[in-house]
Amino acid sequence: MGWGLRRKKKDMPGGLWTKCKGCSAMIYTKEFAQNAHVCPKCGFHHTINARTRIEITADPGTFAEKFTDLRPRDRLGFVDKEPYAEKIENAQKKTGQNDACIAGTCEIEGIPVVLAVLDFSFMGGSMGEIVGEKLACAIELAEANRVPVIIFSASGGARMHEGAISLMQMAKTCAALNHYRNRGGVSISVLTNPTTGGVTASFASVCDFLIAEPKALIGFAGPRVIQNTIRQELPEGFQRSEFLLEKGQIDSIIDRHALRGQIATILRYTPQGRDYPKPKTATAES
Amino acid sequence: MREHRFHAAMPRKDRKSISGPTALPFKKPIEDVRSRLEELEELAGQTTHDLSEELAFYRDRLERLTQEIYGELTPWNRVQVARHPNRPLTSDFVEHLCADFVELHGDGYYGDDRAILTGLATIYGEKVLLVGHRKGKSTKERLACHFGSAHPEGYRKALRKMRLGERLGLPIVCLVNTPGAYPGVGAEERGQARAIAENIFEMFEIRTQIIVVVIGEGGSGGALGIAVGDHIAMMENSWYSVISPEGCASILWRSADGKEQAAEALKLTAQDMQGLGLVDEILPEPVGGAHADPRTAMNGVGEAIAARIQALRSVPLDELLEARYQKFRRIAQLEQAIQAEAEKAANTGPREVLGDSDESPDLIPEGRKGVPPRRTPGSPRGRRL
Repeated sequence: MGWGLRRKKKDMPGGLWTKCKGCSAMIYTKEFAQNAHVCPKCGFHHTINARTRIEITADPGTFAEKFTDLRPRDRLGFVDKEPYAEKIENAQKKTGQNDACIAGTCEIEGIPVVLAVLDFSFMGGSMGEIVGEKLACAIELAEANRVPVIIFSASGGARMHEGAISLMQMAKTCAALNHYRNRGGVSISVLTNPTTGGVTASFASVCDFLIAEPKALIGFAGPRVIQNTIRQELPEGFQRSEFLLEKGQIDSIIDRHALRGQIATILRYTPQGRDYPKPKTATAES
Repeated sequence: MREHRFHAAMPRKDRKSISGPTALPFKKPIEDVRSRLEELEELAGQTTHDLSEELAFYRDRLERLTQEIYGELTPWNRVQVARHPNRPLTSDFVEHLCADFVELHGDGYYGDDRAILTGLATIYGEKVLLVGHRKGKSTKERLACHFGSAHPEGYRKALRKMRLGERLGLPIVCLVNTPGAYPGVGAEERGQARAIAENIFEMFEIRTQIIVVVIGEGGSGGALGIAVGDHIAMMENSWYSVISPEGCASILWRSADGKEQAAEALKLTAQDMQGLGLVDEILPEPVGGAHADPRTAMNGVGEAIAARIQALRSVPLDELLEARYQKFRRIAQLEQAIQAEAEKAANTGPREVLGDSDESPDLIPEGRKGVPPRRTPGSPRGRRL
């Protein structure tokens, strides 16, 4: 195959084909989406946005979004290549969301839960004030409703543009989780590709269950930072889910297609999910 | 009296050699006047002429210049002061401030991280459990301490000792001085992120007073890992941020050259942090920075710590922990966030203990009742092309 032909294929208009980030195979986009953005050839789990995650996790039609009024603000007057305020606006236009977290109530196989999902497509899923606040609100909502909370992470860490305010979100989310756990709350953290920095070093690591998707990059410092420090090649598979499992850092690795079912199974072992599925007549009136 | 390595306590001959390589660029005018004054002083000892007028002039000039320059330090200047080699470190606080110090080593699982110092200490008569980042003084020690960047075992050691302090009913004092947690292969293998997360999480339920003082650098999660407490103070020339100015610059401007700009943008000085409502108190330093007069600087910190412990001791522990939770839960909160609270309150009834109620939570939307669970799509490997 000549170069010209190959390049033509990659530049195919309309996004008909998607290139796998794991094995570089070209996948028919429609089929890729149907397969939950998992490569049918190599099984690589691609990063998905929060809406798609909710779609494949919640029972259809059950998700009710909350805290939609929370909007980020540039409190430091932070400017790099462009002002942070503009950056927010652009990300909002691109994603149609206020910030990098969507939270709400839903059911998973009939079990009511609070679901919070970080969106990597919004400024790398970074945690600023609004993400921290939404997570804390979601955890408190779960506490008030006496239901489990499930948090999906995909994030580069704390959002630099909010300075120490974003750093303090690490403490805020941990405070909320601590409050919740001491009152009997159950939490599940699902770490997806990639989850690093201040997100891994706060709420995402202190939930009752730590689950990762296969081959997800999970760590504190990013690989580039580590490489700059030690000035050596990093070992193969370093900071991937399988590495973390081997080192005893996470409870389990679950394939995206099995995730929803496995979460429901785990939930049925918790005090809040033990009685599900309920007989249909019991849920009709309450 | 013990020997001190500090500028002020040193014989004049050694002083010059120290002010050479460690001098900060913005301090140049001060150093010039100082050396002129020193020359004059020497001269005054040798001649019979009355030089008191000249001496007074230069002394006054030195003082005014120092005040002037330190009065308008840029954020980057403050970062430089915070990293000054003669600035008092945790080990200096232990040596100078803590009587009857008993160092306690090790996390009890893996090792003893030199980058975190823990032990029993008495500060101005107050018996406390001390936790602090250790940067090391000699080159050898600095390397052993990774320049104050802790590994997971350091954070676990800190937590273990804090739990001990809790059992003994001792207040906990945390001295923060780290460029950040160590980014390395071993640190990741042993769960750096998780170790920090667990410290932050657990510090909300440690039933004793926790006083945090940022004495130099408050670098990101590595700092926060020992910085959840009832009272957060920063020394006047310390910094506290989500990322170091160099790290920020290398990400945003792809080079460390933007560090001055980054220091400005990050709002990392004690003044900015207090303005944002992220710290409770600024502890003043002597004119010229803590390194100019370490003893006075450390005494000030010691007095503030003791005073704060005494004030917090009268607060019942339940109230103290609730206040600690509220402090971080509402930290720098926006008005709109308070509105979100209202939304939540409207959604739910009064808060109760989870799991011990018979009522089923009514979270199921009307239209959804009785709908069978969705089938999970495809086999794990999916279809082939």
